[in-house]
Amino acid sequence: MTNASEQSEYAIEAKGLSKHFGNNIAVNKLDLNIPKGSIYGFLGPNGCGKSTSIRLLTGLLEASEGDVTILGKSLLGHEESLKKRIGYMTQKFSLYDDLTVQENLNFVGAIYGFAGKRKKARLEELLALYDLEKQAKQFAGSMSGGQKQRLALACATLHSPELLFLDEPTSAVDPENRREFWERLFDLCAAGTTILVSTHYMDEAERCHSLAIMEEGNKRADGSPQALMDAMPATVVEVSGNKLRQLKQTLTQHPEILSAAQIGAHLRVLVKKKVQDPLSLISKLSDGRETVLARPSLEDVFVTCTGGRHGD
Amino acid sequence: MGISMWIRVYAIFIKELKQLSRDRMTFGMIIMIPLVQLMLFGYAINTDARHIHAGLVDLSQTSESRAVEQALVATQSVDFIARYRSIKEAEVAITKGEIRAVLYLPADMTRRLFNHPLYDHKQTDSQLTQPIGQWIVDGSDTVIASTIRALRNMPLDEVANHTATRTAPSFEVVQYFNPEQRTVVNIVPGLVAVILTMTMILFTSSAIVREHEHGNMEFLITTPVRSIELMIGKIAPYVLVGLLQVAIILCVGHWVFSVPIKGSILSLLGSSILFIFASLTLGLVLSTIAKTQLQSMQMTIFILLPSILLSGFMFPYDAMPVAAQWIAEALPVTHFMRMIRAIVLRDASLLLLGKDALWLGLFTIGGIIIASLRFKKKLG
Repeated sequence: MTNASEQSEYAIEAKGLSKHFGNNIAVNKLDLNIPKGSIYGFLGPNGCGKSTSIRLLTGLLEASEGDVTILGKSLLGHEESLKKRIGYMTQKFSLYDDLTVQENLNFVGAIYGFAGKRKKARLEELLALYDLEKQAKQFAGSMSGGQKQRLALACATLHSPELLFLDEPTSAVDPENRREFWERLFDLCAAGTTILVSTHYMDEAERCHSLAIMEEGNKRADGSPQALMDAMPATVVEVSGNKLRQLKQTLTQHPEILSAAQIGAHLRVLVKKKVQDPLSLISKLSDGRETVLARPSLEDVFVTCTGGRHGD
Repeated sequence: MGISMWIRVYAIFIKELKQLSRDRMTFGMIIMIPLVQLMLFGYAINTDARHIHAGLVDLSQTSESRAVEQALVATQSVDFIARYRSIKEAEVAITKGEIRAVLYLPADMTRRLFNHPLYDHKQTDSQLTQPIGQWIVDGSDTVIASTIRALRNMPLDEVANHTATRTAPSFEVVQYFNPEQRTVVNIVPGLVAVILTMTMILFTSSAIVREHEHGNMEFLITTPVRSIELMIGKIAPYVLVGLLQVAIILCVGHWVFSVPIKGSILSLLGSSILFIFASLTLGLVLSTIAKTQLQSMQMTIFILLPSILLSGFMFPYDAMPVAAQWIAEALPVTHFMRMIRAIVLRDASLLLLGKDALWLGLFTIGGIIIASLRFKKKLG
């Protein structure tokens, strides 16, 4: 059993994975190869098919088409045995508000077959690891967003899964907690867990080893954040000066310009890569305002390959 | 494998019990529903009507007419709350709803009484035989009408100062099991069936839906928990709740309303557990159909109304049309209604009621299978 999974270097392999809800295509022919021991991100706006994709990969939803192999085993027909090896943290807090932290962990522990001393030891370990010792007797419903999130992560990793799915795990917590949360994810990853995380935050996506940019059920691009930035089919030019709002209007009309967005006192302009000398083009268009070339960011990648600007 | 299954069932059972004990409203209802309903129905539902408000038109005004009036009041069937000078006035009072019946005693009542064949030795075939008075009844309420009808043959020996000469009824009636004819004796065991139907189906029909609505199900589905384990763990706490309610109703019924409990505790326990399981699985099936708690509530009421009206709780089962009897047979409560009344009032054993017991058992097994099949560990 372990032989087959050890042979596969991928934790998740998907080919042509699709999900239709009536006429609505939620996920369209998704191909994925997620290597073991990595943190992989799904980046995209709300409703782009991130959650549906995760639900398909965990076996919560049945795919309309396509094949999925999880940890070296075909998902179809092995859903139940795979459930012992994967963990899932839902987007909405899905533990019991009217049970205490300890009771919630106890319940999840028993569900995963822990009992007696082994359960007690594991719970103590998790309470310490996720800094929940003081809240052990507190009702889950009365905790802060950050505490709830730590409890949810503790429950999702209680059985030490090889593969962990996190659906927008940080949407309800402040930046401080988010930072701390990612530290914990890297700890898990270092211990050998493969993590698939969905997000709509650029800074989170940038922390992933590798990521897929999703839009309307389609994967628009994938690769490591650096590779995505390097391969971006556009050059970034920053313009500074006055009356940037009017300038933005004129620039976005131009066929060679993909987008222009104001960031503070600058206008960040994405020019198609095929333009030989983007700096002089923008200088000409912006009546001698100051222009400089800038390093691309993940947000630039995202803007370039979504909103109908992809594939050009 | 086997052990970890029972660990999971136990975990769900404990979790459910904890949530139940923390939901004070629900916990209160478990105790208050049987208590309040028992008090209400025990005192309120009375099919042998007593103290019916009646009027009197006494044109005779003799000591005999007063004696007749007193004899009627002594039966407790009627209370004369008003007197009228004419039958016209009395008719207006009935129409207004002030009284439900009127006794009209004609001016020659005394003569009629003494000429009545029952009390007159000499004129047995008298042409003069006439009723001594007339009841006018608001017949729209059949219970009241039949109570007054029962007064038709009331003996008036004491009034006539004679013993009746000819009493030759066609049948003699011996009343087993409830000689005083108190409705409450029949109501209390019936109430066990109705209250259990209500609470058991209501609690479980929202059980699975609640997990969906609160988002807990999305997590549960990704755990190794199996649907059959979830079903058993979820209904087990309510078996205890159901038995607690049976105990409350029968104890209060016994001590407050002096309902005799003749059957054995074992038969009582056995039949109650069978019925609780049948109701809980029915609730579970509803729970797998409903998408929201409101829908599960509506479906519960859809089951509850025929359970009250067709099970024999309100109206005798035998008097219903055949089609209605079929529907009643499909409901677990009809079978339990028969069983609990037989056990509590007639000391029947569970073995004697094998057919009903078997049906409840089959219903439970069928219900569990349908619920487990319907509940797929999938979303959407």
